Amino acid sequence: MTIETSRRGFLQGASALAAVLVVGVGADGALAAGDAGAQLTPFIRIGADGRVTAIIKHFEMGQGPATGLSTLIAEELGLRMDQIGYDFAPSNPKLYANLAFGQFQGTGGSTAMANSFSQYRTAGAAAREMLIKAAARTWGVDAATLDIVDGAVVGGGKSAPLGDFVAAAAGMDVPASPRLKDPATWRLIGNADVRRLDSAIKGNGQAKFAMDLHLPNQMVAVIARPPQFGGLVAGFDDAAARSVKGFIRAATLPNKAGVAVYAENTWAAMQARDAVEVQWDMSQAESRSSATIRAEIEAALNAEPAYNVLKNAPAPMDKAEKIVEQTFYFPLLAHAAMEPLNCTIEADADGGVTLHDGCQFTTIPHMAMAQILQLPMEKVRINTMLAGGSFGRRATPTADYQVEAALAFAITDRTRPVKLVWSREDDMRGGYYRPAFGHKVRVGLDADGRIVAWDHRIAGQSIMKGTPFEATIVHDGVDHSSVEGVADTPYRIPGMHVGLTDTKKATSTLWWRSVGHTHTAYAMETMMEMAARAASRDPLEFRLEYLAGDQDGNSDRDRKAAVLKLAAEKAGWGKAAAGRSQGIAVHKSFGSYVAEVVEISGDASSGVRIERVTCAVDCGIAVNPDVIKAQMEGGIGYGIGHAMRDEITLTRGVVDQSNFPDYEPLRIGDIGAIDVHIVPSAAAPSGVGEPSTPPSAPALANAISAAGHQVSVMPMASNGVEFA
Amino acid sequence: MALKLKLNGTERTVDAEPGTPLLWVIRDELKLTGTKFGCGVASCGACTVHVDGEPTRSCLTFVEDVVDAEITTIEGLDGRIADAVQQAWVELDVVQCGYCQSGQVMSAVGLLTGNARPSVEDINDYMAGNACRCATYQRIRAGIQRASEILEA
Ligand code: FES
Ligand code: FES
Repeated sequence: MTIETSRRGFLQGASALAAVLVVGVGADGALAAGDAGAQLTPFIRIGADGRVTAIIKHFEMGQGPATGLSTLIAEELGLRMDQIGYDFAPSNPKLYANLAFGQFQGTGGSTAMANSFSQYRTAGAAAREMLIKAAARTWGVDAATLDIVDGAVVGGGKSAPLGDFVAAAAGMDVPASPRLKDPATWRLIGNADVRRLDSAIKGNGQAKFAMDLHLPNQMVAVIARPPQFGGLVAGFDDAAARSVKGFIRAATLPNKAGVAVYAENTWAAMQARDAVEVQWDMSQAESRSSATIRAEIEAALNAEPAYNVLKNAPAPMDKAEKIVEQTFYFPLLAHAAMEPLNCTIEADADGGVTLHDGCQFTTIPHMAMAQILQLPMEKVRINTMLAGGSFGRRATPTADYQVEAALAFAITDRTRPVKLVWSREDDMRGGYYRPAFGHKVRVGLDADGRIVAWDHRIAGQSIMKGTPFEATIVHDGVDHSSVEGVADTPYRIPGMHVGLTDTKKATSTLWWRSVGHTHTAYAMETMMEMAARAASRDPLEFRLEYLAGDQDGNSDRDRKAAVLKLAAEKAGWGKAAAGRSQGIAVHKSFGSYVAEVVEISGDASSGVRIERVTCAVDCGIAVNPDVIKAQMEGGIGYGIGHAMRDEITLTRGVVDQSNFPDYEPLRIGDIGAIDVHIVPSAAAPSGVGEPSTPPSAPALANAISAAGHQVSVMPMASNGVEFA
Repeated sequence: MALKLKLNGTERTVDAEPGTPLLWVIRDELKLTGTKFGCGVASCGACTVHVDGEPTRSCLTFVEDVVDAEITTIEGLDGRIADAVQQAWVELDVVQCGYCQSGQVMSAVGLLTGNARPSVEDINDYMAGNACRCATYQRIRAGIQRASEILEA
């Protein structure tokens, strides 16, 4: 495999052969540069052949960081986009700490661009200054007369490729504070014509995902897992599996969580697994059904909340003339990324191992591998490969599938690489779902239709408690990911009370594209709509009233109002043709502001057709505008597809769904068109991978409601809404 | 058992038991990994190949049933239509994670082969079996229309 040899070689081996300039940050976090032997976190590597490589510390699941971080370097260094390549960083939490997470390397929370915007530009600017200084010395001219244009140092009638100055530059001191380009001169940042660097290989089948790895002599392992969460292996019989050609053996995982079935190839492993008979000990297993889980949540909503999240309890409902009340339910959801989970572990010559993985939370699997395989951290290597989607699923606080792979590898003689493969059914039934949540909201309006009280109760299973993130996200018992988007709403709502109750663990839960906002935005934005209607007000005007009063242009409220107005204007708000209905919603998440108008034809009983979604986003400086548009389109599709028809349900602890036919993905004909408009901004870049998901479902719900049907229980198709 | 397949214009001998899905022969035996495993039950389209020119879900096609057919995978795709589709895919940056896209391209080529100027409805109908969890559908539609334009030029 050429992939991993080149990756392993890129920092160590290359030095002896040719000069290299590496720029990044040192252990103290300060800008650093040097040759291949330099001890630093590289962000850029420039070879003597002039090849520039961006070292991407975030993994690529489709959201575009490989293109985005490369754009930042190319901008500062004076390159065209076709003059830069990229490589994923090896796992080293000390070196690649994602600043938003502390000493921890990982991708998530739409942080890639926010985290790296200044780091990667500064590194690019430093490399530029060093190369120019080296050229000025070589040519005996003033550095101020030189520039880098299209990957060549030019000035004074001379021009030479970057590679000519790499050796000299590598021996120089790194500039203390390199000058960044003036935003007015940016050629690439903000340029909608910049293309993704990975389009061609993904359109011609050459892109290599972890699933595509075939190491010499590898075994494929699939795991027979208990039908109910928490079941344990009591014994198994593999007699029938022995007749499957290619079957190697079956063995109980040391934690008894399943039986690993090894075979020479994927199909044989799957066939053999079907043939293995496992006896399960279900005494500790989950045995509730979805209806029970829902009843527990609803009971919690009707009791005193365990936590008063906002101090002003209770909401002053006695001031209200009219009360609008609604209870909401949001079911468990699976992420169902297109590439089923998988990863491969192989032994290295020095007694260590390499994990090949579309690895999102690098540090956690790194530590888990070291622990399970009894290896020092530096003997565990991670080869980060392309990931076929994630939506949060690859980032588990328990490193669930990497742990399975490590256990399955540990109980072999470790001479053959082990590739762990999940089937779609394994993936769908594997837990780590968006937890089920309920909201009960009462909004009090005065005689003039103004909000005077807002009582908002939330109940569901905490995502963050018991994870390494508890310390930063849970305060005074409140898991803020359960109430984000409500408790911190930018709307200036008087008399607001927010209560939270955690419900009992039903399955392992996990962040799912936009985390708590997946449900909070729906409750907030459909409630705003119901309140507006009860007050006989236009829903857009009504919302703007609660966002008014700052007028500095940069406040949460002003930015939220601006996207609302832009989306409304572009959608022709209020001017829908006969037979059409519109719904609007706006939400802030991950530092970005997104408003959406959904226009439908038909209604809940005759069949709803989603004709058009108009989206306006303010995500600060738009580094790659076309990537941002694509993320808005994708996030909208993800939100709407699940709201339309998806849920994970349990019957006596067994997951009812198993594959796409019963967890039907959004299909190409489901949404007529999506238009995305980006608000120009000079603010620091904020998230784009998630923020378009939260407003999408409530905007659809509000359109359906405008056509006469209120839907507050998801998914819509199971709760009174026909889709055409 | 040894079977002979006509794949991407060459004859390949593979060792596979009857009943093995063509998908796994292509991926695990022949190591052509552009054809993807997404669901195994013909409901996502990630595994789409051409069998005698027809887009076919290789995950539910038994290998012994296609020994007489011409099989084309994304690696062997060529010709004017394929070039136009792949050019359009790059021009419009259709892909996100990319995992479904080999299948999308195989289906898009199938569509344009039989219908040079597909309407939006034609596209939505023909491509309905190709799921994209990243929801790149808008760009898939635009990509097919752009490819159709390139072919007409
Ligand atoms: S893998 Fe064949 S259709 Fe999904
Ligand atoms: S691009 Fe990710 S599934 Fe289609």
